[in-house]
Amino acid sequence: MTMAPPFSWLKPEPFGLHVIPADAWIDPARAVDTALVTHGHADHARGGHGLTVATPETLAIMALRYGVLETAATPVAYGETVTLKGGVKATYLPAGHVLGSAQILLEHAGERVIVTGDYKRRADPTCPPFQVTPCDVFVTEATFGLPVFRHPPIADEMAKLLAARENEQGRCVLVGAYALGKAQRVIAELRAAGYNDTIWLHGAMERMCRLYQDHGVDLGDLQAVAGAPKAALANAIIICPPSALNDRWSRRLPEPVTAMASGWMRVRQRARQRGVELPLIISDHADWDELTQTIGQVNPAETWITHGREEALLRWCELTQRKARALALVGYEDEDD
Amino acid sequence: MNRFAALLDALVLTPSRNAKLALLADYMRETPDPDRGWALAALTDGLDFPAVKASLIRSLMAQRVDPVLWTLSRDYVGDTAETASLLWPEPPGTRLPAPSVAEVVETLHATTRATAPTILADLLDRLDVNGRYALLKLATGAMRIGISARLAKVAFAQAFSVSVEDVEEYWHGQAPPYTPLFDWAANGAEPPRTDLLPLFRPFMLAHPLEAESLDLKDYAAEWKWDGIRVQIVHVANELGRETRVYSRSGDDISGAFPEVTAALTTPCVLDGELLVRGAHQGGETGGAASFNALQQRLGRKTVSKAMLADYPAFVRLYDLLIEDGEDLREWSWEQRRARLEALVPRLDATRFDISQVIAARDFDDLAETRSRARDEAIEGVMLKRRDSPYVAGRRTGLWYKWKRDPLLIDCVLMYAQRGSGKRSSFYSDFTFGCWNGDPDAGAELLPVGKAYFGFTDEELKFLDRHVRQHTIGKFGPVRETDKSLVFEVAFDSVHASKRHKSGVAMRFPRISRIRTDKPAHEADRLDALKALIAD
Ligand SMILES: [Zn+2]
Ligand SMILES: [Zn+2]
Repeated sequence: MTMAPPFSWLKPEPFGLHVIPADAWIDPARAVDTALVTHGHADHARGGHGLTVATPETLAIMALRYGVLETAATPVAYGETVTLKGGVKATYLPAGHVLGSAQILLEHAGERVIVTGDYKRRADPTCPPFQVTPCDVFVTEATFGLPVFRHPPIADEMAKLLAARENEQGRCVLVGAYALGKAQRVIAELRAAGYNDTIWLHGAMERMCRLYQDHGVDLGDLQAVAGAPKAALANAIIICPPSALNDRWSRRLPEPVTAMASGWMRVRQRARQRGVELPLIISDHADWDELTQTIGQVNPAETWITHGREEALLRWCELTQRKARALALVGYEDEDD
Repeated sequence: MNRFAALLDALVLTPSRNAKLALLADYMRETPDPDRGWALAALTDGLDFPAVKASLIRSLMAQRVDPVLWTLSRDYVGDTAETASLLWPEPPGTRLPAPSVAEVVETLHATTRATAPTILADLLDRLDVNGRYALLKLATGAMRIGISARLAKVAFAQAFSVSVEDVEEYWHGQAPPYTPLFDWAANGAEPPRTDLLPLFRPFMLAHPLEAESLDLKDYAAEWKWDGIRVQIVHVANELGRETRVYSRSGDDISGAFPEVTAALTTPCVLDGELLVRGAHQGGETGGAASFNALQQRLGRKTVSKAMLADYPAFVRLYDLLIEDGEDLREWSWEQRRARLEALVPRLDATRFDISQVIAARDFDDLAETRSRARDEAIEGVMLKRRDSPYVAGRRTGLWYKWKRDPLLIDCVLMYAQRGSGKRSSFYSDFTFGCWNGDPDAGAELLPVGKAYFGFTDEELKFLDRHVRQHTIGKFGPVRETDKSLVFEVAFDSVHASKRHKSGVAMRFPRISRIRTDKPAHEADRLDALKALIAD
């Protein structure tokens, strides 16, 4: 009798990780019969699957994005395990990335594989923290997988934002932030920093913020910019999607100071290209130190690296004598994160 | 250093000039000496530390970061200093206090190639990521954030509510950290003395002439020579004797023109045009060669004997700013001109002559003289208000330049009329036209302008004969010709006009050449003229 080679039941295909015995796919880039979805960002959670297995929060986000999930959905709470076809067990663990984001722990043939989706290690008032869990194969993201990426403490960035608002009397501060996750985290962090004024929202933000509030995340007083008199917006903080920063939409605002909350703001040229006056280095992804620290803590037999800057993390694994490989998956984008 | 780093980042991210000025002005007001002066020098690329080069940064990093990770990072970030600032390993424990800009500058000045690695590393250890970026940019002299010296001076003037002309004047001759300059502007101290050193004074500049004409009772006309505008300064005092030649931008070009520099021994500040002697350009006594000849002499640090012999330089003088320590800039142009005319005979005639005032009865007369000027070294005419003081920069209404380099178009002679005065026996006023389409497909000529000068007496005789021999119709004093002769017409500009059938009106048209070589159907079409419309 020949033994199957280790982990052969999990196969990286160009458009996703295929769990062969369950005939299920993790974060597939196209519609499949059974999809295990780590979190609600569009490049991970696509619509049209036969069955979607995800946390209740992620399913709610997908329902908001794609309308009511017309297809079947299996909600899995954090810490809960479901058994898939072929006896594959899937446990959803907090990833600390956005509301509902999960790492998926797969167990089969005595082997444990964790697929992180996207994750971070910093505290985030809008979601539970990443849970370090031992495994044999750790499939990690590498969005900020270069040693130049070291996100500063978020309190520093909040102080910058509040100081800009204070110093630019009569103007508003317009913060470009990804509509799912980043926007709500910035708002929650502003509240944590003691900012209690109304925070104003671009129309594209409203429903997602309401969803967060419905899930018990306290965001304080929020109002839509649409219809607000210009005078009310002086000295206001306004949150909009990054694409609206230099859009005609922003012309109605009182001399906005354009800010952007993103890990990419670490690099001056990136901030400059986007015409950002106030770069806020805030990311929902692990930075270099968090990526390497996490691999060290999880201490897997093998590390598989998915979307991002795989090369540098691969090099780090080589330097620290860890077995690692880069998966060439398609369909993931550098989130505006 | 942290405040400087914050300024640098804000400047990088601020696109508007006004906002940049405000940032700089705030910084200068709020930062003590000598930090603000050093910062200003750094921002305008005025600091140089020969012991610190980009290669030093790379070798410092090579000792601290894996080469593969360095290359991947550098490629992604695109800037060595920024990559190093991000990858620099934070020292363990609490950081020592950040150095001031002055401490950084003094430390780096005292650095040798041997000590540079340790000294730079110690400084990097005391700074956060933005501070490290600012330090590395400052140390390698690679700011390149588009802060010109001019912008810095305007910001300085704004910061302390002083005039930018004064800043320009006092700035020159001051070295970083410009403490006397800040003392004057910020603390009301006496301005730095400018009379002891051969300093540059900002040039007075001209606006292009827009008006149709000017009254020559108020304005004097001079040729505008096609060389390079220079200022020659000679000082003689207890510090010694020295002469400097400055270009328009205030660059010291004395070394490139040693014969001119050596020739001035009278303490004064002169404004003139640097030219090269040319035997073949005999328009004036000791004519000047074209700009091409002068170009042989430009941009050289040293000059060979052959260069000096083949392209001897001289200065044609326009103005006198200071003589024997007496500042004449508040005086009227007429008074300064009288002083200049009295001074020139005492100067070395091989190196200095005076730019003649053009004698003209009135503006039309001047226009004609200008159009006939055949000297290649003449670029046009300057019109200077007779009562104007010498003020820095461009001031409306005082000086105008009326350039000669014209637009050109080939037109066909259509009608001619006799002139007046001594030309009354000649057909000397010409109406010419352009084709309103393809002449081989039945297009017609439409009159586009009139000219009554631009030709020599010889040419006038030829034209008169042509008109008489090619007349096809007579209307009172006007003769219509057979439209066989092509003129190259020069003009300053062309504008759309509803008053003219052709739809265009030319400014200052004159006949620049008679093109007997060109058949009429090859003359330009109206579309070509319309394409030159300026507004
Ligand atoms: Zn994500
Ligand atoms: Zn992602």
